[in-house]
Amino acid sequence: MLQVEELKVEVGNKTILKNVNMEIPDGETHILFGPNGSGKTSLMMTIMGFSGYNIIHGKITFKGEDITYMPIYERARLGIGVSFQRPPTINGLKTRSIVEICSGGRPVDVEELSKQLKFSDFLDRDVNNNFSGGEIKRSELLQLTAQQPDLILLDEPESGVDLESIVLIGDTINSLLQRGIKCPREKPHKKIVQERTKSALVITHTGHILDYITADKGQVLYGGVLCCSRNAREILNWIREYGYEECVRCTI
Amino acid sequence: MHNIDNNDLEVNLDNYQNETEEHEYIDELSRIDSSDADKLLDVGVDTRETDRAGTFIQKDKSVIHCKTRFDGVEVMGISQAAKKHAWLTDYMWKNISPDTDKFTAQAKEKPHEGYFIRSLPGVKIKHPIQACLYIARNNFAQNVHNVVIAEEGSELHIITGCATAPHLISGLHVGVSEFYVKKGAKLIFTMIHEWGEKIKVRPRTVINVDEGGLIVSNYISLKPVGSLQMYPTTYLNGKGAVGRFNSILVAGTGSVLDVGSKIVLNAPDSRAEIISRAITTGGTIIARGNLIGKVAGIKAHLECKGLIINDGLMHAIPELQGYVPNVEMSHEAAVGKIDQHEIEYLMARGLDEDEAISTIVRGFLNVDIEGLPENLKNKLDNIISETQKDMM
Repeated sequence: MLQVEELKVEVGNKTILKNVNMEIPDGETHILFGPNGSGKTSLMMTIMGFSGYNIIHGKITFKGEDITYMPIYERARLGIGVSFQRPPTINGLKTRSIVEICSGGRPVDVEELSKQLKFSDFLDRDVNNNFSGGEIKRSELLQLTAQQPDLILLDEPESGVDLESIVLIGDTINSLLQRGIKCPREKPHKKIVQERTKSALVITHTGHILDYITADKGQVLYGGVLCCSRNAREILNWIREYGYEECVRCTI
Repeated sequence: MHNIDNNDLEVNLDNYQNETEEHEYIDELSRIDSSDADKLLDVGVDTRETDRAGTFIQKDKSVIHCKTRFDGVEVMGISQAAKKHAWLTDYMWKNISPDTDKFTAQAKEKPHEGYFIRSLPGVKIKHPIQACLYIARNNFAQNVHNVVIAEEGSELHIITGCATAPHLISGLHVGVSEFYVKKGAKLIFTMIHEWGEKIKVRPRTVINVDEGGLIVSNYISLKPVGSLQMYPTTYLNGKGAVGRFNSILVAGTGSVLDVGSKIVLNAPDSRAEIISRAITTGGTIIARGNLIGKVAGIKAHLECKGLIINDGLMHAIPELQGYVPNVEMSHEAAVGKIDQHEIEYLMARGLDEDEAISTIVRGFLNVDIEGLPENLKNKLDNIISETQKDMM
């Protein structure tokens, strides 16, 4: 699905990502750990193609296509979707309208989708205007549900979310990624997993989201390189016990 | 870079003629000249009069159509109203003096009609009255005097469209307007301007609101105009009177818009709000707003946002004047370009750059306009889309 090779990225003449290599196969969800300022969000923004993230070296391939210098909207249309941590407010643009935009012309039942996310009351408000942390997440996931991307980049889906909404958010992510266990039971689990195509890269600082979603792998970004790639829970246990200091020991 | 050139706003009255031929009265709106009808439609006048409580149309100096379809509301030319109501003199030149400036003086000296619209006490009119002031004669100075009275406890909604004939090169519109919102009355006044590229427009408006009265004024000017200068003043004179002013302005190359509202809060519990959204794509916009709090316990807010696309000048002048303690007044002004983050956010949802920009611009101009009929809302949406095409 996604392949990142020898990626070096500068933001304002400062090297943020030194040499990142990463592969997310079809149907897999990867967790990206890392301390504040390690470049997690920068990696996500670079994969999506945002301005200000200058690729000095390396290559990004998505579905076999070189997307390193592709405009953002073409990446979106090719099947990459992002949930932002701090999305901008767009005055006068109703949440309902942006959900319709996300559907890209496919028929979409905005009312029904928003009901599932308990977001119906927000449809006629300007997108992101005075939304709380949890409301932003639900708004972002509502948009992604309409967009149905094949690769989803989620930036700290648990941050600023109250305990009640986090279950809802976890469920929504799982169903977006075809990982929900509330799906029809006529198919055996094995078949569901085999048919799974949606992939994700989930950024987390605290790892709490792992209590609500399942993942195939964890990666640690530290000092601009991916320094660790193994079972996500195992990484989380180590970080919880020893902090990111342990990653320093590993990189030496 | 743009500079404000006072010459752009200068008008030499000698360049215009105050005399022109009379136009024939039209009994049926369907008989109106088709090119005129198209222009009327653009400024919100529905020639089929669906969902309209009355119509007033003035072409140059002649009232060419005027009728009411609803008891309890009067719609007529101002000269006819003066004949019918001797008391009209109490309402004319009451709040604005003819010697305010050369334009008001001209309106007094060389008057060309104008409309008189009045809702009788307690009468609530569901559908809007439509009024149109139209200039067809080149070089004509159209000097009108309008009076609107919403009597006690009544509700009145007016849509005014001002336009010029498509071929018109030069013209001047001077409009003196005096509005009276009596105790407990409600007036929603929506004005859509579509003047020509070289037309000079000088409205002079004063509004009086009594106790518990409400004035909502919406002003929309999206098409090119030579120069427009207006600064309507509203006096909230009664306890609990409310004034809300929205304006949506677009200035392309060659257009100069000096537009603002002034609201004087003279009574306790009165409230005022001024919201303006302005976009320049090469023209000049001076967006003014002045809130004056004279007594304790008033609330007033001013919001003035401007976007500069490509080129142009945006001069926001928000003013607050509090004369006593215990006034609550605030303002918010911002001038800038479209935020790159907003563009890229929408691109990440699949819109290309042009689509993203036009979505943001449309949102920017999308002030919730109170009391606008659905068909006019759609119309406005179309005008905004077209305007965008011209901008890009």
